[in-house]
Amino acid sequence: MTVSVAVPDVRPRARRASLHRTRRWALFASYFFLILFAIFFLLPPYYMVVTALKSDAEMARMATNPWIIADGITFDQFKILFSQTDFLIYFKNTAIVTVCVVVITMVISVLAAFSLGRMRFWGSSILATGIFLTYLVPDTLLFIPMFQIVKAIGLLNSYWGMVLVYPTLTVPFCTWIMIGYFQSIPKELDEAALIDGAGHLQMLWKIFIPVALPGIIAATIFAFTVSWAAFVYPMAFLYSSDQQVLTVGTVTSLIRADVYKWGMLMAGALVAAAPPLVIYAFLMDYYIAGLTAGATKG
Amino acid sequence: MAEVSLQRVVKKYGDVEAVRAIDLDIPDNEFVVLVGPSGCGKSTTLRMIAGLEELTSGDIRIGGEVVNDLPPKDRDIAMVFQNYALYPHMTAFENMSFGLRLRKFSKSEIKQRVEHAARILDITELLDRRPKALSGGQRQRVAMGRAIVRNPKVFLFDEPLSNLDAKLRVQMRTEIKRVHQKVKTTTVYVTHDQIEAMTLADRVVVMNNGRIEQIGTPQELYHQPRTRFVAGFIGSPAMNFIPCTLEQNGAGLSVRLSQNIALPVPASKAARYANLSQRDLLFGLRPEHITEARSNGRTSPATFTVTLDVVEPMGMETMVFFNVNGTEVCGRVEPSSARGAGEGMPLQGNMEHMHLIDAATGAVL
Repeated sequence: MTVSVAVPDVRPRARRASLHRTRRWALFASYFFLILFAIFFLLPPYYMVVTALKSDAEMARMATNPWIIADGITFDQFKILFSQTDFLIYFKNTAIVTVCVVVITMVISVLAAFSLGRMRFWGSSILATGIFLTYLVPDTLLFIPMFQIVKAIGLLNSYWGMVLVYPTLTVPFCTWIMIGYFQSIPKELDEAALIDGAGHLQMLWKIFIPVALPGIIAATIFAFTVSWAAFVYPMAFLYSSDQQVLTVGTVTSLIRADVYKWGMLMAGALVAAAPPLVIYAFLMDYYIAGLTAGATKG
Repeated sequence: MAEVSLQRVVKKYGDVEAVRAIDLDIPDNEFVVLVGPSGCGKSTTLRMIAGLEELTSGDIRIGGEVVNDLPPKDRDIAMVFQNYALYPHMTAFENMSFGLRLRKFSKSEIKQRVEHAARILDITELLDRRPKALSGGQRQRVAMGRAIVRNPKVFLFDEPLSNLDAKLRVQMRTEIKRVHQKVKTTTVYVTHDQIEAMTLADRVVVMNNGRIEQIGTPQELYHQPRTRFVAGFIGSPAMNFIPCTLEQNGAGLSVRLSQNIALPVPASKAARYANLSQRDLLFGLRPEHITEARSNGRTSPATFTVTLDVVEPMGMETMVFFNVNGTEVCGRVEPSSARGAGEGMPLQGNMEHMHLIDAATGAVL
């Protein structure tokens, strides 16, 4: 009698204990691998920071451990980079190009995606696929014909030429992302807006852009990253220092034949990586806020 | 407020005719429900009235004016959608006022109208919330609020209660009826639920296969269906249809359902059915008109005994299912008199409510 009562009492407890143990192991394993991967991915940036804060003399002395700063921290690499090279010009050029490219990309791709994704017309789906296909052609293939075009327009060796050619990389993909976002919005929403009295542009501006904001931010991040980090086009189209952008400028001015100015290269790479980092950090918060807005009961 | 009129309205998608030359006149202030199975053309008809679908041919008039080529915003209509279609980034207030803002109403006018609608719908305290923070019923109220604030000529409802759970659906049904009684705007309401249609409508339009089967008050459709489709669609559980032959039985007529079941046609209907004995007929009788045999002094002439297949107690009544000549038939009996499955049970048909249907054309005779 007592046994038959005890059995159902014990079993759930045992199961609960084992569930608890499984969960603990899962947590332990997750933390272990997360920390492992974090270390793995943070080693290169750490190496950059350490190298950028060393003196040239310490780097030249092969005897010291490259992972630590033995002779004390110095900001000389940054000082020289900012005062004796064209780094700040590259930075300014890159910023101008990137801002222009992001604006142009978003205007074109939001309008294109809205018309292709929401306004059904003859050939719209073929056009949408076609736009995505153009993204599959790599810039290493395109830069030679593009060279002819940029030269013909007279924008060779001008960063305004980059403002013109980068959107060929960014617009197709951003349009594709936005088409997906716009298509996921229920069609009753535009019908409700039509009945409420909105025209197509009002509908886009007041309904679609706010609702698709997470998608727009994802596309913005993509366009920003592509144009901030583009290498092939500036390498091919820009050759004077006053027009150069960060990616190519840093490399060409700080690597002279077989002489690598490691300290300044690392300092330059760190400064160049800062804006994308800041933008990611800021937009990611916004992105998540957009996704979860109103999800909780207020 | 205005009357709505459809004349020979046709909608084709390629070769498929979704709506086949329908005529419909809806007087001012009337609540009309379009009801029918999926794909019968009821939603397409509503969307054509709204201006969301173009007409292939025919005319739609709102308030006497032909609106065929007018965009939705110029038709002065408001629509409530099945999935609410609330703007997710706007609060309930902003959702309700969006149309007024686009039409450049003054801020004070907007505030006054939204607050008035919110009071009617009892959502005043929800105006600051976004749709995601609202329950299904609350969202549907906001969607109705968005329609009410515009004070349009016509309300259009496209299956507005289908996304709600059963209990809420009944509550919102009452709510919609209450709102219509207050604002008295001409309303066209689409549903596939015949109970919604019966409870809400001043007049019900039963549609099937792109055509209007019958237009009438809920009572007319229930008691005097014109076709087999309407007879079967209106009423729950559905009307029983049993193949039958008509026989001369002395001075009167009787309906023979099987070898042992022949039910007398009441004198009031005998004249109407006098010349039908040669046709293929279906006998139609609703479950609520097949009850336990009640012997009040003498046995009713329309009694018969069957073996029950399935018995479903519902509480206040019990549904019994039995077989007549290969056709499953449903009856509704007093719980106390119900027998068990497999047992024989004497039943009686209330023949005053019988229908005879032409098996070939489906017309109720």
